[in-house]
Amino acid sequence: MLGKLDWSAIPFDQPIPLIAGGVVLVGILAVLAWVVVKGHLPYLWHEWITSVDHKRIGVMYILLASVMLLRGGSDAIMMRIQQAVAYQSQGYLPPEHYNQIFSAHGTIMIFFVAMPFVIGLMNLIVPLQLGVRDVAFPTLNSVGFWLTATGALLVNLSLVIGEFARTGWLAFPPLSELSYSPGVGVDYYAWSLQISGVGTLVAGINLVTTVLKLRTKGMNYLRMPMFCWTTLASNLLIVAAFPILTATLAMLLLDRYLGFHFFTNEAGGNVMMFMNLIWAWGHPEVYILVLPAFGIFSEVVSTFSGKALFGYRSMVLATMAICVISFMVWLHHFFTMGAGPDVNAIFGIASMIIAIPTGVKIYNWLFTMYGGRIRFETPMLWSIGFMVTFIIGGLTGVLVAVPPADFILHNSMFLVAHFHNVIIGGVLFGAFAGFEYWFPKAFGFRLNDRWGKLAFWFTFLGFYVTFIPLYVAGMLGMTRRMQHYDVAAWRPWMLVAAVGMAVLTIGVICQIVQIVVSIRNREALRDRTGDPWDGRSLEWATSSPPPVFNFAFNPDVRGEDAYWDMKAHAKQQSLDHDTPEYQDIEMPRNSPTGFVCAFFATVMGFALIWHIWWMVILGGIGAFATFVVFAWRDHDEYVIPADEVAAIDRVNLEERRNLVSMAGTV
Amino acid sequence: MSMTATAGRAHADPHHIGLVIEHPGPAPKRIVTAYGFWIFLLSDIVMFSCFFAAYAVLADQTAGGPKGSEIFEQRNVAIETVCLLLSSFTCGMASIAADVRNRFWFYLGMAVTCLLGLIFLVIEFREFADLVARGYGPSRSAFLTAFFSLVGCHGLHVSAGILWLLTMMAQVFAKGFRADVLRRMMCFALFWHALDIVWVGVFSVVYLLGSGV
Repeated sequence: MLGKLDWSAIPFDQPIPLIAGGVVLVGILAVLAWVVVKGHLPYLWHEWITSVDHKRIGVMYILLASVMLLRGGSDAIMMRIQQAVAYQSQGYLPPEHYNQIFSAHGTIMIFFVAMPFVIGLMNLIVPLQLGVRDVAFPTLNSVGFWLTATGALLVNLSLVIGEFARTGWLAFPPLSELSYSPGVGVDYYAWSLQISGVGTLVAGINLVTTVLKLRTKGMNYLRMPMFCWTTLASNLLIVAAFPILTATLAMLLLDRYLGFHFFTNEAGGNVMMFMNLIWAWGHPEVYILVLPAFGIFSEVVSTFSGKALFGYRSMVLATMAICVISFMVWLHHFFTMGAGPDVNAIFGIASMIIAIPTGVKIYNWLFTMYGGRIRFETPMLWSIGFMVTFIIGGLTGVLVAVPPADFILHNSMFLVAHFHNVIIGGVLFGAFAGFEYWFPKAFGFRLNDRWGKLAFWFTFLGFYVTFIPLYVAGMLGMTRRMQHYDVAAWRPWMLVAAVGMAVLTIGVICQIVQIVVSIRNREALRDRTGDPWDGRSLEWATSSPPPVFNFAFNPDVRGEDAYWDMKAHAKQQSLDHDTPEYQDIEMPRNSPTGFVCAFFATVMGFALIWHIWWMVILGGIGAFATFVVFAWRDHDEYVIPADEVAAIDRVNLEERRNLVSMAGTV
Repeated sequence: MSMTATAGRAHADPHHIGLVIEHPGPAPKRIVTAYGFWIFLLSDIVMFSCFFAAYAVLADQTAGGPKGSEIFEQRNVAIETVCLLLSSFTCGMASIAADVRNRFWFYLGMAVTCLLGLIFLVIEFREFADLVARGYGPSRSAFLTAFFSLVGCHGLHVSAGILWLLTMMAQVFAKGFRADVLRRMMCFALFWHALDIVWVGVFSVVYLLGSGV
């Protein structure tokens, strides 16, 4: 009846996951109870859960990422403590539990923190920057988000029902095959990634189509803000790379469920095929994450330097070069496979070549700052911190791109330090910069400055104190994923890293305090102009938060830095515009399709993990029925009458004129 | 014209050709939908290419089991191929009928497409069932694993296509040739033709090359 599921799936004998799961469960129930009692449920349902507004969906993506960041961060704290104490002892985490933690940490941080964070920011901002009303496929956008949430839910469910994979974040066979991992851990891993992978693919298709087909009048390719370019590149990579992940995990699942022999040791299966396939997705994946961050830095550096981005065209070229070359370097993840000197040399050189367009970008940002009037606001601090940190991470990357060096450093803590250096220094700093920069746009008030800067400095210092010791430990021969060790020379570095983790944790706490303080003081921090940073691109041309239709009129773009141009224009011309002729606006109607789909996907995923076949069929039928019902509806749009548009837009214009006339008098 | 506006134009035309083609604005819905679906098809083809790659890697790993030439029946494959290619033609007819709002030819075209698709699936299913009965199931060897997965993945796509096809017929029956129904029909046609292209790959790589060795 319930497949493999019985009471032994609940880890009554392991206090840590049980207590953690219990606390989370109580937390969720408390929030739900509060929502229901306070009567917020209808609001949540109509305004958020069923919303197809790209801004709302973007915010929900970022919320999901933030919550999961806390989960993945807790895993990180546990690992640092374990390695600090587990010198010539077992520490406090038994091996099977420690293995689950590092696997969950990697999986969560990449798939459910970094991905939703950047996809959320792209969703929120790109349509605004392009001057359009929504993404290409609003309902699919909602489906994509909720499927991502489903994946996150399944991963967290594994904490209390069953177990998570003990295989590392990419579940390499033969360890991940049924004969070596008979439990449900790998199945939790694979199904949650399959489901959220569909969500990511949907988001990728959506954003590619949006950038290529839905730009406002005059928004030629070479006038797009850099964030739109990096979004395009990143989503092209999603479209090209995520199907590889889907296929690879499908093969692993076929091996596990139906006794196929893709990656088994027996019957001719080929383990190295898994490595090749998974990294053919995995390497583009890191550029999927970091390219949008590059875009964010471009916007931030240019805005806070008060200058147009230096070398716009070279930046476009560098972005697209990275997009292409990122597909030609995957083998550097396993130089030790023994492909021979020729193959290793080619992939080593390709990996070093990719540093060139990245270097171009760094110089472009530096030259943008050169001669600019720089304002050291919080987003700018994250950007400068990124430049310093990312260069170090990039250089250690070039080092391990040299095959002979890699043979020594492969799978060592040096590698762990390297990729945390680029992912934290690149993606996470970028996400935080974007968060601080666009928060006023999304919510209509700024974030507290003091706590933001504190958060930056603690995170920045904490990062170095945590990860520089890991470089050293790697050089001293420490391999990754060690539950305990007996080498005295590594011990001090692990202790320093644990201290660094504490500093990082203070950084995270500062960020939480910043949000709480800012929400409480929101009236004082209110942004009435829609343009709190003196921005340059179109998202600042509308109010904060933008109306549901974003722009009353499709903006007419005349060059790069469209909004900067408009502002310069407005200062020169007289301000008494004619009252514009407002028109009705058609917007897509909200739809529960995404949420209902995700519900059935959750049911189906859970049933597949536990081999509850009747429930699988039920979930499948439910998902198909949802699509048919969606396809059957007659009205997918509603009209906002011209009067309403006019009323909303006039308020916005009034504030804006005040701003411009004030600027004119200064 | 103010200075900034000129500067903006100059930037869009750095070589002073004097020709800047202004982007006309968002594309109409029909274009956007079809374009998005093309992108999806590309991603689907990337997924197929993984199964093709796996097949190429594992084709010789028979583990003492049968080789391709020992189990492929070219007559069946020929019938399958004819069915699919013909179904692409009838699917095209149905698309034209939808464009000119002719219900009779639309239903006829779709029904024949469905029938041909079903014949294809039945032949494939019998091939699979026969192999499994002879002990040559996907667990027998890595070669058979890759064979069943690649061909089966295509078969699953055809099955999903037939489900979609029936839904489209029901939609036209219930809603008529509405703009959104026509957009979906266009996507369905793209999907069906893409499956045909994939089949050409399967036919060549698996059956033609495999029968030789």
